[in-house]
Amino acid sequence: MKYYDKLIFELSKPGRIGFSLPECETGANIPAKLRRESELVLPEVSEPDVVRHYTNLSQMNFGVDTGFYPLGSCTMKYNPKINEEIASLDGFRALHPLQPEQTTKGAREVIASLEKALAAITGMKRFTFLPCAGAHGELTGLMLMREYHMKRGDSARRKVIVPDSAHGTNPASAAVCGLDIVVVKSKENGLVDVEALKPLLGPEIAGIMMTNPNTLGLFEREIAQIAELVHGCGGLLYYDGANMNPLLGTVRPGDMGFDIMHLNLHKTFSTPHGGGGPGSGPVGVNDKLAELIDIPKVSGFHGNFGIMLRAYAYILMLGKENIALAGKLATLNANYIKESLKDCYKLPIDSICKHEFVFDGLAEPNGVTTLDVAKRLLDYGYHAPTIYFPLLFHQTIMIEPTETESKETIDGFIEVMRKIAQEALQDPELLHRAPVSTPIGRPDETTAARQPIVKCEC
Amino acid sequence: MSKFCYFPHTGEDIQLMLKKIGVGSMDDLYSDVPEEFLFKGEYDLPEAMSEQQVREHLETLAAANTKLKVLVGQGAYDHYTPSVIPYICSRSEFLTAYTPYQCEISQGTLRYIFEWQTMICRLTGMDYSNASMYDGPTAAAEAVRMCVACTKKRNSVIVSSSLLPNVLDTILCYAKYSGVNVVVSGDVMRDVAEGVLDLAGVVVPSINRWGIIENHDGLAGLVHKMGGLMVEYCDPSALAVLKTPAEWGADIAVGDAQSLGLPLSYGGPYVGFMACKADYMRKLPGRIVGQTTDASGKRCFVLTLQAREQHIRREKATSNICSNESLLALWCTVYLSLMGPEGLKRVNDLSYRNSHYLYRKLLATGKFEAVFEQDFLKEFVLKPLCSVEKLQQALLEAGFFAALMTEEGYVSFCVTEKHPLEELDRLVNVVESIQEEGV
Repeated sequence: MKYYDKLIFELSKPGRIGFSLPECETGANIPAKLRRESELVLPEVSEPDVVRHYTNLSQMNFGVDTGFYPLGSCTMKYNPKINEEIASLDGFRALHPLQPEQTTKGAREVIASLEKALAAITGMKRFTFLPCAGAHGELTGLMLMREYHMKRGDSARRKVIVPDSAHGTNPASAAVCGLDIVVVKSKENGLVDVEALKPLLGPEIAGIMMTNPNTLGLFEREIAQIAELVHGCGGLLYYDGANMNPLLGTVRPGDMGFDIMHLNLHKTFSTPHGGGGPGSGPVGVNDKLAELIDIPKVSGFHGNFGIMLRAYAYILMLGKENIALAGKLATLNANYIKESLKDCYKLPIDSICKHEFVFDGLAEPNGVTTLDVAKRLLDYGYHAPTIYFPLLFHQTIMIEPTETESKETIDGFIEVMRKIAQEALQDPELLHRAPVSTPIGRPDETTAARQPIVKCEC
Repeated sequence: MSKFCYFPHTGEDIQLMLKKIGVGSMDDLYSDVPEEFLFKGEYDLPEAMSEQQVREHLETLAAANTKLKVLVGQGAYDHYTPSVIPYICSRSEFLTAYTPYQCEISQGTLRYIFEWQTMICRLTGMDYSNASMYDGPTAAAEAVRMCVACTKKRNSVIVSSSLLPNVLDTILCYAKYSGVNVVVSGDVMRDVAEGVLDLAGVVVPSINRWGIIENHDGLAGLVHKMGGLMVEYCDPSALAVLKTPAEWGADIAVGDAQSLGLPLSYGGPYVGFMACKADYMRKLPGRIVGQTTDASGKRCFVLTLQAREQHIRREKATSNICSNESLLALWCTVYLSLMGPEGLKRVNDLSYRNSHYLYRKLLATGKFEAVFEQDFLKEFVLKPLCSVEKLQQALLEAGFFAALMTEEGYVSFCVTEKHPLEELDRLVNVVESIQEEGV
């Protein structure tokens, strides 16, 4: 990666244009009181300027196509190229969302077929595709949870239980949905403490949000009992689908007693992350809530259709023959890394994991933190793992390799992780300074937050 | 085991890895899953297809849609996309990147978000913009929550009934569960002046559901006097020529940036934007990129003000938003770079000229009546004097999607720079040729 220090505004020169539009002899004759007064300052650049600038920017970026992401909780698998071609077919791309039904047969068939496939994979009855991302799905699912209780005249249920290991979006989504959060703690083995759950249950509980496998990559083995308890008190079970990948083709959330769930098509179903979206977070429900599915109008039209197309193409490629293999190979990769590194990184919970697991820092830290390890990995050409999450440990390193990474890639990563553990003993200063070979070094985040500069003044 | 092109593992690899783990088979890796939950049936999924089969299947489905000339807006606008944009946005380094938490290897993403924030601020006149929202309607719904968060102990927001239907629907949906008292108003000025509510804010459109450019003269002052915030919902493309939210005195600007050259794509993915005055910066939802330096003094960019966000604050965050629409913010940033001030103005000049041309020609057919006197930019409604069903059918048969029926029984049209006058003449000919029964 090469450091490139321009902003598009700095390439601007009055008189240059980058557009090709027909001439217009008349201006927009808008009444004076409705017209823009201030000058609009945008870059004045040529088309080649634009292409070179953004190409240069792209070369300061890491992506799945350039290297390995051992990134917990985010399932950065390979993004198939056929998906991109499908999503750019003119027959889909040029469709207006309000076109009459007889002119959108193909698009509607894609949505219906995708719904059927996701229902088969998850054991749910119906899906809504309006949510545009995972957290948006959580919010939508919680709206459905509240609808269910309200329809039954059970409107006192305004509390939702969230394990202490949950993704940050879980409590945040519950708050946006007008629900209060009750935290249930985890046991030392990383699983939800069923005894601690029992006293929390009652007539005010709308439900529980669970991630299974949880954010430590551990399967919540007592899920049947949890489901029985929560259902017994009149609550519902919400499944956070961020960790669905290892269960693909093997375990269905619907069978575990979950009533509502979301999927992240941009994780489990191979659509690209795009540097932070667009995603798609369809929400599924079982029989109990099927009639409510269309109530939450959480986005403008039909959801992120372009992402749905990519996910559908992925499912067609995998087919019923290969779908289980995705989850199993991801689980194989995770366990292999865990076993290969547990002598030099602290493994707080030593058991079989699913698609991810956590270390609690170096076995012999010598003053080297998890942040240092993560930053040193950048020097070796890897993305960093998710760090300091979940909050159960102080030096969490959360590793998730996906099924699309080869043994050679994984072995290379293991070797580097071992090397970093050695460096920590021999030259901890080097690790505090890392990264040293990236386009920039560690930034001054304090100044960025204290005196925010969030737009270009040039 | 079967071989599959996305999975690199050979049989030998798997055996070596299982051995290292100390288990006999991949199924043993699921020994922690209670037996009852291992799915024993057959998944009701299609059989695997080859890439060629997938392509052909989806090409067939694409062809089952009808390709039409789109002359309807209502929140999704058919503007031209320069070929540079999809080329840039399909670069792997942008497309396959994760959220830029690791700033040292994400300067590409962080820089374009910084550019996007700058451009959104310049279009709207606001001080702070976030990195993007899911779409315009969700941005509006979040703005309602933000009004409540910015005004202590106030919980009512007046929203104009002239907002696009899907914007109103989304605002009402969010409010139903979050508990904000949203009042839909046909006369925002009057209802604010009445002063009976614990007013946290108002939401009004720049261009409304009938295409009219609204006049918000005096509104901001009144809303502020009553202790609330003013939110304007706007079309960023149109802000090249229309009075900006800042010029109207608004505190928050939101909208959908789909009009900045994004394909219609059956409604998504689009990209919402949200910007505000400096006073409210710490209540903005979502990601914000800031400029700083690294230890050697190099200019660089990072995600900043993260204490607002869900991964730090959990239930106390300003919003639950995590992934947003980053790649589409890039799309719009490249669009605005290509257009520049002159190109974006030209888009509006052409849209204005073309839409007014069609408006006059349609009125001249005698099959419509004017509804409003106020001026419009690219979208307008007419009152039909003919059978709407016949009108729509005739247009469809001629390859046009136009004359969408509104809730009030008007028909809505939208004309952009993409629709040359000859095409509009063809549309008018179709309208003229409709035969009324009994005539």
